[in-house]
Amino acid sequence: MSSLSRDDVAKLAGLARIEMSDEELVNLANEFSVILDAVARVQEVAGADVEPTSHPLPLRNIFRPDVVVPSLTPEEALSGAPAQEEQRFRVPQILGEE
Amino acid sequence: MIRDNASEMAAKLAAGEVTSVALTQAHLDRIAAVDADVHAFLHIDTEGALAQAAAVDAKRAKGEKLSPLAGVPLALKDVMAQKGIPTTCGSKILEGWRPPYDSTVVANLKKNDIVILGKTNMDEFAMGSSTENSAYGPTHNPWDLTRIPGGSGGGSSAALAAFEAPLAIGTDTGGSIRQPAAVTGTVGVKPTYGGVSRFGLVAFSSSLDQAGPCARTVLDTALLHEAIAGHDPKDATSINAPVPQVVAAAKSGDVKGMKIGVVKELNGDGYQPGVRARFEESLELLAKAGAEIVEVSAPNFEYALAAYYLIAPSECSSNLARFDAMRYGLRVGDVDGASAESVMNLTREVGFGKEVKRRIILGTYALSSGYYDAYYGSAQKVRTLITQDFTKAFEKADVLVSPTCPTTAFKIGEKANDPLAMYLNDIATIPVNMAGIGGMSLPSGLADEDGLPVGFQIMSPVMKDERMYLVGAALEAALLSKWGAPLLDKAPIMGGAR
Amino acid sequence: MTLSYDDVVAKYEPVLGLEVHVELNTNSKMFCGCSTIFGAEPNTQTCPVCLALPGALPVVNEKAIESTIKIGLALNCSIAPFSRFARKNYFYPDMPKNFQISQYDEPICVDGYVDVEIETDEGPKKFRVEVERVHMEEDTGKSLHVGGATGRIHGAEYSLLDYNRAGIPLVEIVTKIVPGTGKYAPEVAKAYVAELRDILRSLGVSDVKMEQGSLRCDANVSLRLIGAEKLGTRSETKNVNSLRSVERAIRGEMIRHAELLNAGGRVVQETRHFQEDTGLTRSGRSKEQAEDYRYFPEPDLVPVAPDAAWIESLRAALPERPSIRRKRLQEAWAVPDKEMAAMINADVLDIVEATVLLGADPTKSRTWWLGEISRIANDKDVALADLAITPADVAEIVALVNAGELTDKLARQVVEGVIAGEGKPSEVVTKRGIKVVNDDGALMAAIEKVCGEQAETAEKVRNGHLPAAGALIGAVMKETKGQADAARVRELLLGHLGQTN
Repeated sequence: MSSLSRDDVAKLAGLARIEMSDEELVNLANEFSVILDAVARVQEVAGADVEPTSHPLPLRNIFRPDVVVPSLTPEEALSGAPAQEEQRFRVPQILGEE
Repeated sequence: MIRDNASEMAAKLAAGEVTSVALTQAHLDRIAAVDADVHAFLHIDTEGALAQAAAVDAKRAKGEKLSPLAGVPLALKDVMAQKGIPTTCGSKILEGWRPPYDSTVVANLKKNDIVILGKTNMDEFAMGSSTENSAYGPTHNPWDLTRIPGGSGGGSSAALAAFEAPLAIGTDTGGSIRQPAAVTGTVGVKPTYGGVSRFGLVAFSSSLDQAGPCARTVLDTALLHEAIAGHDPKDATSINAPVPQVVAAAKSGDVKGMKIGVVKELNGDGYQPGVRARFEESLELLAKAGAEIVEVSAPNFEYALAAYYLIAPSECSSNLARFDAMRYGLRVGDVDGASAESVMNLTREVGFGKEVKRRIILGTYALSSGYYDAYYGSAQKVRTLITQDFTKAFEKADVLVSPTCPTTAFKIGEKANDPLAMYLNDIATIPVNMAGIGGMSLPSGLADEDGLPVGFQIMSPVMKDERMYLVGAALEAALLSKWGAPLLDKAPIMGGAR
Repeated sequence: MTLSYDDVVAKYEPVLGLEVHVELNTNSKMFCGCSTIFGAEPNTQTCPVCLALPGALPVVNEKAIESTIKIGLALNCSIAPFSRFARKNYFYPDMPKNFQISQYDEPICVDGYVDVEIETDEGPKKFRVEVERVHMEEDTGKSLHVGGATGRIHGAEYSLLDYNRAGIPLVEIVTKIVPGTGKYAPEVAKAYVAELRDILRSLGVSDVKMEQGSLRCDANVSLRLIGAEKLGTRSETKNVNSLRSVERAIRGEMIRHAELLNAGGRVVQETRHFQEDTGLTRSGRSKEQAEDYRYFPEPDLVPVAPDAAWIESLRAALPERPSIRRKRLQEAWAVPDKEMAAMINADVLDIVEATVLLGADPTKSRTWWLGEISRIANDKDVALADLAITPADVAEIVALVNAGELTDKLARQVVEGVIAGEGKPSEVVTKRGIKVVNDDGALMAAIEKVCGEQAETAEKVRNGHLPAAGALIGAVMKETKGQADAARVRELLLGHLGQTN
């Protein structure tokens, strides 16, 4: 019986950079106990001898040649920017260390 | 003229009986008349569409050779990037965003001179089966405005069913083209994964997403399929092989000697009686047309839903990380002293809807350290098993069939608070995406109990898409014969136009 | 009280780990066709892919794969027959997708090594640094932090982002842990990075300029008591921008760890930043709670399975290993160790070899490049390679001196002339009218003239006071406009005045 606590969900929300209200966290925790049970079924057949599939097609070695292709103009690149300055994207102060 | 199908319109255009401008204007008028009720469209590009139409008319006047669908209007699901046109993916987080580039699908549409009328409504970021998760309000099923049109591509299918457009583009990750087609009485195809470029298709689940053609007839769908499909060097997962000959197959419709496999696991309990009844009838019609009906088993299909609801959220949790208020889209909370981190957190909280957030959290969990093997890793193994089931099944049959979804269109609001019940809508469509094969839904009739459309699903092996069209065309012809008129003639008349 | 380094190594032994990031010199980015040219105006080299616009998809740069395989081969790695890209998920404004496409458990090259040699108290000693893996990934954009002190992130009001560098191909080379270096850990690390740099340069896959960031080193250090088995806690030091900094950073961290441990404290597993001015490190992000990157296979890219024939053709085309080349040249040119080291440090090996290949004597070539020409370069404050003089020019000058057409002194004038842009050596000789006066008759005429003008001095020499000859020789040189061979003048002059040399 898998379940997540409100704090577990809060940690996940932190990893996903979503600021959830307490109510949301509790609701999700409740929903998850049902959902996780349902999805955990995959473990029933996922034996050690089964290879995982990450790509539906058996393609290999798809490359492009090392050739320069025209870029967007800076106006186009910045066209969606919530804020810009000196042809750069302006973002609020970054707290984390580089 | 809006009640013609696309091929009929194309023929009239070619014959000079109508101009593309007139045709486009007629559809714009239709949209104006009915879309307040249907709400299929999020953005209507009146100027752009008429300009495109005029350009095609000019080319035609000059005697230029044009592609089969040149000048015919189309509705585009709002998940596809169209340069300079608002692309919201049904989300507040992209409200007002205008891409500086065209998706390859749009580039191909433009190359074929198909006129793009506007962008259609969808479940936010393609997550949903009812279009109720759109941040801009739901779309209403033209058969019954109190009901859902399916999802995530409900806008596209509703537009077709309401005669607002004869062609549409949808995308399908777990059934988002096929299930809406089924509940609106239209045709929708998810091509083989890699058959149509994903460049410019805003990603939900990268290994499952595929754009596809939608229309009111199998032939129209085939023509649109050939217009948009093909290898794209900008998409490393696109197949470098000729487009399957789907138009020829749609024109042929000859299924004599074909083996049609009924998937045991996709036609049992939980399927509405009217859905099953229409399915059985369709099988009889195909048998009469010369096909052999066989039964096949796919024992691992029962795990497909669980695997899907691990793989898709995992990939989407990563794909949607880019919506962080830094380079485009919504930004909230940018006040004095706010940090980039707090702006990100608040924007994503406010900009994403409930279902999207639910899946992001689920995906984050499924990928996290210590849980990867049990969840995401195991789901990828189930995927292998499902693919193996299909491979075995295709040894016994040329195509596989099932009802497209277990029920007809439910009421708006009916399942909105029960995620698991909502997820069950995709139970028959999901296995197709997991294996990357092709899948089609076409109308098989109306359910007796509620008079609502039912869909018939046809599945074909990788890069054998023409088989779906062959069988689909055969069934369509047989049904048309039986009904005497297209199914959509039975839909309620809207906007007074005929 | 600060421990001395000797104190540290008397009690503890270091264990190293080095991660080196190399910027490849491809024309276009790792996953898109944007240009990689350095120094462009902000956001002029971006596209939907490297800006991570909704709907964009990556496609792998073939040349980047080739370069990475070459690097792996040069480091004695096995090339994986099957490797995959993976997403490394974390949020940061300079990383547009908020995940980095990298490689996780299936890197393209594994299990290699680099042999280095360092000077120890017991003479030169070889160390083998084992390479765990070589893999490909993409670089981030660049941020300017505005409003804080010295443009640093702390206290900044806001930041400005330029994504020109987002998506530049990076290769990461990770060593296995390196035990057994003892007190030579800093030297081994420096030698490893230096050798790596030389190998990469010889492959032509990167500019490898540490100061410009095309070669970046992160140094991991931990200490354990001498003889202990269990590894100590390690710290990771970033911002190590030169070979000397590699050495200093490791030495500094060893001392810092030892002081902590001696005081009964605990080393924190964290990222630290090296500070050039003090040689110390400053605490950065704590890695106590290692971020969960939630790696999974990149669904937008298909696996890489390079075929054996391709790998073998790349292996066959590998250039000579730099250390082997150096030994070969040292033997061939009979250069003593100290002079060899001088050439390597001054980075003139390539240019001297080019000169020798054109026929010039190795010692003379070395003397010109390391001596006169380097001096001129220093005076002008430019790099040697930026001067207008080429190996061909130097070879020609050496030939002219050998043929007796130039003296060393005159040759210096020619060098100046070539550098000043007056043309090739022969052109400079002609233009400036530089000619060794070989004609004894002409020399004698000049000598007699000078002796006549400076009769008293000439008399002194005749009387056996040889040093006085210097003034006369100088006058003769002046008379011949410096074009006489001073040695010959001296011989003739002394002879003329009845003295022997």
